[in-house]
Amino acid sequence: MPLASYQTSVPVVVDDAKCIADKGCTVCVDVCPLDVLRISDMTNKAYMAYDECWYCMPCEADCPTGAVTVNIPYLLR
Amino acid sequence: MSLDQIVDGLSEVSCDVLVIGGGTAGPMAALKAKLKNPKANVVLLEKANVKRSGAISMGMDGLNNAVIPGYATPEQYTKEITIANDGIVDQKAVYKYAQNCYSIIEELDSFGIRFLKNENGDYAVKKVHHIGTYVLPMPNGETVKKALYRQLRRARILISNRYMATRLLKSADGRIAGVVSVNTRTAEMLVIKAKAVILCMGAAGRLGLPTSGYMFGTYENAANSGDGYAMAYHAGAALANLECYQINPLIKDYNGPACAYVAGPFGAFTANNEGSRFIECDYWSGQMMLEFYNELLSGKGPVFLQLKHLHPDTISEIESTLHKVERPTRGLFQQGRGVDYRNDSIEMHISEIGFCSGHSASGVFVDDNARTTVPGLYAAGDMASVPHNYMLGAFTNGAVAGIDAMEFADNHDFAEFDAADVAMERDRVMAPTKREDGIPPNQVEYKTRRLVNDYLQPPKVTRKYELGMRRLAEAREDMQERMIARNAHELLRALEVQSIMDCADMAAHASLYREESRWGLYHWRTDFPEKDNENWFCHTLLSKQDGKMTSEKRAVEPYVVPIADDEKDLYDKQRIRASA
Repeated sequence: MPLASYQTSVPVVVDDAKCIADKGCTVCVDVCPLDVLRISDMTNKAYMAYDECWYCMPCEADCPTGAVTVNIPYLLR
Repeated sequence: MSLDQIVDGLSEVSCDVLVIGGGTAGPMAALKAKLKNPKANVVLLEKANVKRSGAISMGMDGLNNAVIPGYATPEQYTKEITIANDGIVDQKAVYKYAQNCYSIIEELDSFGIRFLKNENGDYAVKKVHHIGTYVLPMPNGETVKKALYRQLRRARILISNRYMATRLLKSADGRIAGVVSVNTRTAEMLVIKAKAVILCMGAAGRLGLPTSGYMFGTYENAANSGDGYAMAYHAGAALANLECYQINPLIKDYNGPACAYVAGPFGAFTANNEGSRFIECDYWSGQMMLEFYNELLSGKGPVFLQLKHLHPDTISEIESTLHKVERPTRGLFQQGRGVDYRNDSIEMHISEIGFCSGHSASGVFVDDNARTTVPGLYAAGDMASVPHNYMLGAFTNGAVAGIDAMEFADNHDFAEFDAADVAMERDRVMAPTKREDGIPPNQVEYKTRRLVNDYLQPPKVTRKYELGMRRLAEAREDMQERMIARNAHELLRALEVQSIMDCADMAAHASLYREESRWGLYHWRTDFPEKDNENWFCHTLLSKQDGKMTSEKRAVEPYVVPIADDEKDLYDKQRIRASA
């Protein structure tokens, strides 16, 4: 059976201008309990790769530059 | 090579004591084991990252069950929990907790975690329970994980993050021998030999589906997918009273606590649509949840947490706690809804079902030394059977487990396991990565959890359960034969689905076995609507015997603290009486 990709608006947003993942920072990726953040191999910035979020906040709270914002997932907003 | 790409690999390491799960109980267990024998190797294995894992990822607003001299006694606490849990309690473990927890509070204080004190320097304990006074706020509760992490580093505990344990290994004579685990970002497998293993893997919180439909919007940290329950089951350990589900009153849609334990002592209360109180006590018990459920369906719903009658300064104080610790996105959620506690009440609803001894009584069976029924295997925290034990119970019983497990490790050599067991487990774990085509884990998970809601959620109807078990068996076949994982992250989810499926089967099996109603909403069987103390005043133990799921009765141990006949049903009188 073929697979289709599913559109979803992700709750965690990263400000590329503030994100220093390109300098080697991986804090948000490291701390996420659900392991849903990744560093893009195109932009070298952090982004939410999987929409599996507990909206718990360590990524935002621990980011050294304030680049990460956690929003409430749309389905329960 | 990019993250999540599957790597073929299998290596083996060994340690004296292995602790699985780095949330609350796990760090304390590892710390106490290491302090007991500083020369021994203690490994703390964690599926996420110990810095921010578990139920208290963002800290905790307070202790819900602090037995503080001058406010409460161990006898009084033991009595209250026994009554709240409908009498089905082995009091020895609860009493031991109640005796030990004050010294753990002092120890946490020495780690830099602060507890609220009044102007005289005494602990400012608040009343939330029906009878006694046990709730102690934590003014810097957001620092708990950081404080624990510092202790782990100082004690040189070996931490392995991003490894998911999948199955326990045993020797031919049934003793614990180690664990098989898999790296969640590379799928490389790691066998860890250990003389003793402590399971601190949290609740089965991803069992039911939240009403929002968002799979990860669970009450529990969504990483807590019941892996510990499934692993204990497959290792032959007994699991106690799984039919005593966890169901909690929560902020509707947000699905986190409102939180009456914080706001109640300041004068907030649970109200119906008429603004009237309908429950005597906001402490989470099955009996209270039944009244909550009845009110929602009675036409007097929705149910609200009401604060708007309080002084604005009081509301600001409550707000600063609720929006800072445990679930800090509560503020963002209310802002999005335009809810201001000064003008609006908080709409509440009831959560999806789960297993969790932290709040109810469904856990891997342990005695007062945190020992499971498998020699060398321990459990603590939300997944172990000591009822209503919350965060302080996880710390206190984690400490007990750590000390006893190190004693066990000091007196035993490594047990030998069969290499064929590892090979078989490797095949099971990797199977979804070997298929070219099939069903992705998120679809199998959604369907399984939707079936849990449709068929297993109370009220429990025998006919519905029978149908539900048939549907779950079909979903299991899909899971075993057709599920695919295209990268290591999907494999992590695929393995979690298998834990969820095992927990769903156990929930159904345990619920059908107990032919009575008990614990209010948690085990309300419409075909057996009455409490039946003659036949069912007992624990139920579920285990795997000769490959089959089996349930049996186990007598409640004689009480340490006697309960008078007129005290036994205090928690049954939750509804506010209409007249005198």
